Amino acid sequence: MPESAGSAPRLPESPQSERRMTEKPIPLWEVFIRARSGLPHRHCGSVHAADATMALQAARDVYTRRGESVSIWVVPSNAIVASDPNDKDQLFEPTSTKVYRHPTFYDIPDEVGHM
Amino acid sequence: MSDPRLASYALSLGDDALVLGHRLSQWSSRAPTLEEDIALSNLALDLIGQARLFYTLAGEVEGNGHNEDHYAYFREPEAFRNILLVELPNGDFAHTMVRQLLYAAFVHPYFQALARSVHGGLSDIAAKAVKEMAYHVRHSAEWVIRLGDGTDESRRRTIAAFEALWPYVDELFESDADEHVLIEAGIAPDREALRATWENVIDRVLGEAQLKRPDAGGLVQGGGRTGHHVHLAEMLAGMQSLARAHPGAVW
Repeated sequence: MPESAGSAPRLPESPQSERRMTEKPIPLWEVFIRARSGLPHRHCGSVHAADATMALQAARDVYTRRGESVSIWVVPSNAIVASDPNDKDQLFEPTSTKVYRHPTFYDIPDEVGHM
Repeated sequence: MSDPRLASYALSLGDDALVLGHRLSQWSSRAPTLEEDIALSNLALDLIGQARLFYTLAGEVEGNGHNEDHYAYFREPEAFRNILLVELPNGDFAHTMVRQLLYAAFVHPYFQALARSVHGGLSDIAAKAVKEMAYHVRHSAEWVIRLGDGTDESRRRTIAAFEALWPYVDELFESDADEHVLIEAGIAPDREALRATWENVIDRVLGEAQLKRPDAGGLVQGGGRTGHHVHLAEMLAGMQSLARAHPGAVW
């Protein structure tokens, strides 16, 4: 039988009430690592951590175990402004017909080598 | 050339690292978060790696062909020379982090000193391990600060952990007669000389965590170094079972 809005079931006082106090959500952080000097930091994933210091440690422990990094950035996930997936047609679709924006129409002399 | 005194010393360093490393590994898949699960495994692997190096060195100076697996898997508890602090069961997460801090805050400066040992094999191991232990201090200190200065529940558990573990810390600073010979020879660092350094780190963390040192009392006298263990047999029964069931197995 569905509960009405005004009569939420009572939760037991303990231990669940105690657990709820300690189980508030831990903030999420986006992790960027630089593999070598001179390369840009690249997004590699995210970690949960209570604050910036702990987020750096968690990022170090989770994402640099195999010597992948010389530098780590962590950024609060909620500080990232993301484009709306519903806007992808107007944001990205128009570029698909503008092949002249790709630098493929130039003859590169052999002496230049790989670009 | 066989050198029982040096072999015994290398074993004591290896045993501390192996036993604490195995305790940490028991958190795998059980830590509070996925991130901390991996972090604890990283700490465990640092310690087990250090143990392997000390055991290999012990085998070389003992000169009887024993390898690292022999020391880890085929000795009885009485032959282990680890201090009691590292063999205590993990308890809750606060106990584990406080224990890690108490240990690492000692071993970090100890390895800095050991890196200046006149024995090249020991100084090489210490020079590598000192960076690992610096991170163990940092990781455990940051957690202890947040647990102590966190919720009522985390604070209560952290205070309980310091009170339970404090009686075991003196063994960190004890050296037996054989070790004193090595200290005199410039091979081993003087443990007692590092007490002020250790206390500075612990007091700084306690201060930031809004905690006080536990009252001294009920000090446990050294027993681990002489093979008198309390919780080790139960731990080794699990740790050694696979290697003993399949001697010489490789994977």
